[in-house]
Amino acid sequence: MQFSEYWLRTFVDPQLDSESLGHLLTMAGLEVEEAVPAAPKFSGVVVARIVEAEKHPNADKLRVCKVDVGTGELLQIVCGAPNAAVGLTVPCAKVGALLPGDFAIKAAKLRGVESFGMLCSGRELGFSDDHSGLLVLPADAEVGADLRDYLALDDTLYTIKLTPNRADCLSLAGVAREVAALTGKPLTLPAAEAVAPTIEGRREVVLEAPEACPRYCGRVLRGVNAGAATPDWMKQRLLRSGIRSISALVDVTNYVMLELGQPLHVFDDTKLSGSIHVRYPKAGDQLLLLNGQTIAPDADVLVIADDHKPLALAGIMGGEESGVTLDSTEIFLESAFFAPAAIAGRARRYGFGSDASHRFERGVDFELPRLAMERATRLILDICGGEASPVEEALDKAHLPTRPAVILRPARVRRLLGVQLGDADMKALLERVHLGVQEQGDCFLVSPPSFRFDIAIEEDLVEELARLYGYDNIPAVPPQGSLMMLEQSESKRSTWAVRHLLAARGYQEVVNFSFVDEAWERDFCANPDPIRLANPIASQMGVMRTSLIPGLAAVLATNRKRQQPRVRIFEIGRCFERKADGEPVQGFHQPVRVAALAAGGALSEQWGVADRGVDFYDVKGDLEALFAPGALTFERLSDPALHPGRAASVLFNGRHVGVIGEVHPIWVQTYELGSAPIVFEIELDALLAAQLPVSAEISRMPAVARDLALVVGQEVSVARVLEVLREVAPPIVREIALFDVYHGKGIDPDKKSLAFRMLMQDTQRTLEDAEVEAAIAALVQHAEGTLGARLRGSGE
Amino acid sequence: MDNLDQLIQQAEGEFAAAADSAQLEQAKARYLGKSGSLTERLKGLGKLDPEARREAGAAINRVKESIERALEARRQALREAALLAQLAAEALDVTLPGRGSAAGGLHPVSRTLERIERLFGSIGFVAVDGPEIETDWHNFTALNTPENHPARSMHDTFYLEGQDEVLLRTHTSPVQVRAMQAHVARFGHLDSMPELRIIAPGRVYRVDSDATHSPMFHQVEGLWIGEKVSFADLKGVIADFLRKFFESEDLQVRFRPSFFPFTEPSAEIDVAFMSGALEGRWLEIAGCGMVHPNVLRFGGIDPERYTGFAFGMGPDRLTMLRYGVTDLRLFFEGDLRFLGQFR
Repeated sequence: MQFSEYWLRTFVDPQLDSESLGHLLTMAGLEVEEAVPAAPKFSGVVVARIVEAEKHPNADKLRVCKVDVGTGELLQIVCGAPNAAVGLTVPCAKVGALLPGDFAIKAAKLRGVESFGMLCSGRELGFSDDHSGLLVLPADAEVGADLRDYLALDDTLYTIKLTPNRADCLSLAGVAREVAALTGKPLTLPAAEAVAPTIEGRREVVLEAPEACPRYCGRVLRGVNAGAATPDWMKQRLLRSGIRSISALVDVTNYVMLELGQPLHVFDDTKLSGSIHVRYPKAGDQLLLLNGQTIAPDADVLVIADDHKPLALAGIMGGEESGVTLDSTEIFLESAFFAPAAIAGRARRYGFGSDASHRFERGVDFELPRLAMERATRLILDICGGEASPVEEALDKAHLPTRPAVILRPARVRRLLGVQLGDADMKALLERVHLGVQEQGDCFLVSPPSFRFDIAIEEDLVEELARLYGYDNIPAVPPQGSLMMLEQSESKRSTWAVRHLLAARGYQEVVNFSFVDEAWERDFCANPDPIRLANPIASQMGVMRTSLIPGLAAVLATNRKRQQPRVRIFEIGRCFERKADGEPVQGFHQPVRVAALAAGGALSEQWGVADRGVDFYDVKGDLEALFAPGALTFERLSDPALHPGRAASVLFNGRHVGVIGEVHPIWVQTYELGSAPIVFEIELDALLAAQLPVSAEISRMPAVARDLALVVGQEVSVARVLEVLREVAPPIVREIALFDVYHGKGIDPDKKSLAFRMLMQDTQRTLEDAEVEAAIAALVQHAEGTLGARLRGSGE
Repeated sequence: MDNLDQLIQQAEGEFAAAADSAQLEQAKARYLGKSGSLTERLKGLGKLDPEARREAGAAINRVKESIERALEARRQALREAALLAQLAAEALDVTLPGRGSAAGGLHPVSRTLERIERLFGSIGFVAVDGPEIETDWHNFTALNTPENHPARSMHDTFYLEGQDEVLLRTHTSPVQVRAMQAHVARFGHLDSMPELRIIAPGRVYRVDSDATHSPMFHQVEGLWIGEKVSFADLKGVIADFLRKFFESEDLQVRFRPSFFPFTEPSAEIDVAFMSGALEGRWLEIAGCGMVHPNVLRFGGIDPERYTGFAFGMGPDRLTMLRYGVTDLRLFFEGDLRFLGQFR
């Protein structure tokens, strides 16, 4: 809400400068977002009247004026403005004046004629864009008055950001009440005496939905000149509140809303027929609103209707057809209370909001309608003339909001806030904001006023006290708690350890959006029916991801465009899948995964190392390092994102925990990924599990190493060969490690040679040659029998 | 015996002239070899009488020892020279760059989150996690924000197609309720529950996108519930955290009244730096307050017995302030030139 400091000071005038007043409001919870001066700094400008205006002897477009600035002596000023004319009242910058931009006015000679000052346009004074001519002031402006005073230009425009609980401050009167409470200065609200009716004429009001509208005041005014001009003072206050002047009648309703907080509406009385009904819509009700929108209101949207048709959305916006025009002479003025629950969310549903709905949905003082009605009537009669009928008030007391007293325990206030605030001080603070306080034993019974919608429980009062006591005055203390050490489980790693491991292996962490392009899900995940957002911010962010890999691929593409040849990235984040019995939110499985991508060189380009593109086994090594000392197993896998021959399922303790592979060539091409990147994606929980180490005896006996080269078919996996060897390895075989893979000269094209190193050792004794040879022989024999392997070099 | 002394000088001269070990060994043979001059002389001793033989033998042996010492000295000198030559030949250009793979790094916001977890961990806060597709109940209702509550319009919520009861969480606050429920399930049977101290970092979502708003961003929720937790404690913890996080003891921290449906009293936290580009400006950094009794009840906790505070802060904003990042969107664009600066 925007308003003028000057206007506020007509209600309460604390001894604070503009900045301190702004700070006071901010620290009371009425956050001042902006405080701007009404006009830039200038000085020495007064109201002046042009007494003579002769043509300049040496210049066609200039005039030599004699100007009265109230000093008793006329000033001679040369002026080039086209509208400079005798009798005009205008601003005059006298010699010595300083205009915006530090422009100093001096006595000068213009084409040989002396000039003692300057007559100004609005733009020259920095408060409008108008430079078509001199700023014309009202003819009755007092000559010689300082322009800043005359136009109240030392005003400050505050914009405050109100939290939804403080609807009572959505008016000048409300803010003033707050300032008075905080400063102890007296509060003077505008007089709103009842206007004595001078005409008959009434329009009956029927409250058909009293729970939504328990109070409705209406009044007919006749002989009104709707075309009358809005007075300058009102226009200025509206303008400084960010509201454009429209017409006298509309301006008055806006003015009273800003001043007191009561939204009002004016109907053209001649367009109404019969009674006013405050009711929910009937079938077929349709309404053209003032904003041009035609709506058929939903069943829970309250309307104002006459006997035949809906006229307005109650508390939200008037209808076009029943609204006033500049020709209206008979009007019906509405001032009502609508319950917040009956208004909340309705305007938003139709895609707009209004000043009225903003206030009603937060809560307008239910005792205010009649007062506001009288205030508006007085202003209309003063500005537009006419006569007023008696106020027709429809009231259903039973449905007015109640303000039950709230019990406040001072001890609890002290406990919650951690302050030593005495009972009497609390009482005094509460009474400053018009809360009724009654003592009852150790407690207070606190009654909120009708304008406060936010005080229903004890905590509401605790907050009020904190605010009035001042948040700054509450001490900041180092807290005291019961000291218990945090659990530091050794069988669980932290996600940070995983991040640091990946970073140490050269991967850079990225953070991608959880919503992605539907095409990514279709292509990389073969997911025809992803979880879709109902209101995505853009179509390419329309569905929830089920994999982190497409996002990493997109980051790769982005960086390739930025000439980054080698990309190693990872992300740790959630994926989202449908799952009927998902936990903790039913219907959804939301696992956190770790995914990485490597593309470009295995190492960054450097001297002394041959360039080599990163391959499956490089990244597999990184993945294994992540799980170390845990051992992974890998099985061939078919995955839509991955190259069918270069993809594996990752198993940890027999559980499928993720995938690794080369991105499928189709997607490399479609998504312009350059060389085929290698990716993996793993369930984070599998990575976080850690084993508690258990010590085993170390052998002091010598170990025997034997190498064994087996030739097997190309299709036989190393894992299978190791499995077969381990089946028959006696306990003395401590380790079987692959150290070479060979195919080429000397080996059939459909075969490969696998070289293993066997490490044999006993914990108690030195091994004998015979048992070593026997163990090897057993391994070879089993491999020959099971896999059709043969010992390399043992004849072709 | 003059010619014996001469022999020593002569041998020393030849050894010194030997340029390598082969020449040295040839020279050695001329004196000490089978037919070397000293060997010949020793052979000639047999012709002398025993008295003279002993004398002459002793003399020859002295000469032989001298020659052998000279030989050994020369051998040592040659070895040292050879080693020096070899070492000189093996010299490297020590200015050539080292080989290997450069390290990657954490995302700048992760750096911040890790520090936040450490700082709060040091006073007993445990990091917990919550779902990002969240129920409307946890995201709003249990946080004292019923349907049509004006506070709901402060959140521009992403909803899922065909789903009324779930949404993308608009804040990390729903973790509060989940943590309270878990705490009660674990400790509720005790006469007095231990204190609940958690922080919950994570991603949250709002329908908003410009230089200062991203449709996905990070939040860190904090919650401390106990039998005597007050607003003064809240101020103490937050001020301590911010000064430690920014490593600035003169950082100004202010608490300003505000409104959140799930806390009361509520506050916005502003900070002002005493130096640097943002000197003296109040910057909004977090929201906080005492947990609303309705929220405690939804979490299964008796608000009469237990009180608590909660806060929610923006680690993206903290990261921007800490490292001088000016555009929030950079965090989510994956540009390695940007991200690589935070190693």
